[in-house]
Amino acid sequence: MKPSRFEYRAPGSVEEALPLLRPESTVLAGGQSLVPLLNLRLAIPELVVDINGIAELDYIHADDGVLRIGAMTRQVVLERSELVRRRWPLLHQAVRLVGHPQIRTRGTVGGSVAHADPAAELPVALTALGARFHLLSPGAARVLGASELFLGPLHTAREADELLVEIEVPEQPEGAGSGFAEHARTHGDFATAGAAAVVGPGGHAGIALLGAGPVPARADEAERALADGAEPPEAAALAAQGIEDEHRRALCTELARRAIEQAAA
Amino acid sequence: MRIEVEINGRAFEGEVEARTLLSDFIRHGAGLTGTKVGCEQGVCGACTVQLDGEAVRSCLMLAVQANGRAITTVEGLSADGDMHPLQRAFHESHALQCGFCTPGFLMSMEAYIREHPDADEEELRDALAGNLCRCTGYLGIIEAVGRAAREMRGADVQRD
Repeated sequence: MKPSRFEYRAPGSVEEALPLLRPESTVLAGGQSLVPLLNLRLAIPELVVDINGIAELDYIHADDGVLRIGAMTRQVVLERSELVRRRWPLLHQAVRLVGHPQIRTRGTVGGSVAHADPAAELPVALTALGARFHLLSPGAARVLGASELFLGPLHTAREADELLVEIEVPEQPEGAGSGFAEHARTHGDFATAGAAAVVGPGGHAGIALLGAGPVPARADEAERALADGAEPPEAAALAAQGIEDEHRRALCTELARRAIEQAAA
Repeated sequence: MRIEVEINGRAFEGEVEARTLLSDFIRHGAGLTGTKVGCEQGVCGACTVQLDGEAVRSCLMLAVQANGRAITTVEGLSADGDMHPLQRAFHESHALQCGFCTPGFLMSMEAYIREHPDADEEELRDALAGNLCRCTGYLGIIEAVGRAAREMRGADVQRD
């Protein structure tokens, strides 16, 4: 299959891109999820706004302990970042599980977030880390947390005239560890379930599950239990307790246990 | 839309629609049919080429996005008719049956071994996961890639 006809614009800056965004347009970031949808004609946009030429959205840096990732940062750049590996290792662990190397060469961090596939690793890791998402529209800006941004499978709170420009990840406590575990039927395939965990001294815990529901969600109860001294298996059971399907619940419990143990090790 | 793409060191100009995939431009615009098109949804890896030296799925890029960039296809692997060590290893280890997946494997693994010259077998298997062989001749492929990685490492030592 080939894409249907569309109008194509490739703005060179955010300022040029914003006025182009409307309900009939779609934003082309890395294209590793959008282009298959175009090829299969599951997406038939009138206008494709290609933001690959917007160099100002390609950066990773830390300001006052806060990690700032430009939306057009390639996944491979995140994977190779020494800063990320050292101070936000959960993102390094998660990004290595995204597709295959050939996908990560083109795929972007912002694209993965905006596409909001419920089986995607980065949204889950970012949720566990308490990330905040910066959206711009002509004349307005807003910042959303994961629970406000992710509304359903392939569905976010981003309006048609908004562009996701930055992902902000708060500083993690000194000495915090992290773990990411997932299960996929074949290597590199979409995961059926997974878990991301950050565990730090002083009762700090961030846990989010992949495949437990329509959106990545923090496992608040499990986090509180860990802070109160619960053992990893107990916290993992709490994280997955709301999942109806028995197989999925068992899978999520085990993966949460592994992620939490890895983080606490 | 008019585009100019450097493929294997040679400039190719062409008129494309915005919706033309890079894989189709390479095959039909530039006439380089070594690059194969399998699933057209990023799963099989047959269309893998290198964009500025990094492996990408050419079915998941628009041709216009390659404007001004440098592409390497399987035709660019061998210089002056000499086979690349990876190609030679595929030949010697019988790592191809029908051969349809081979260009994708070669372009993926050439980039991977260049970045990870010391990869062990487990890492090489991991790196191979993004390419599918419907003849399921994976054992030969794994052997070939290991052999080529050793040879490419050796070549580096000699150059130093």
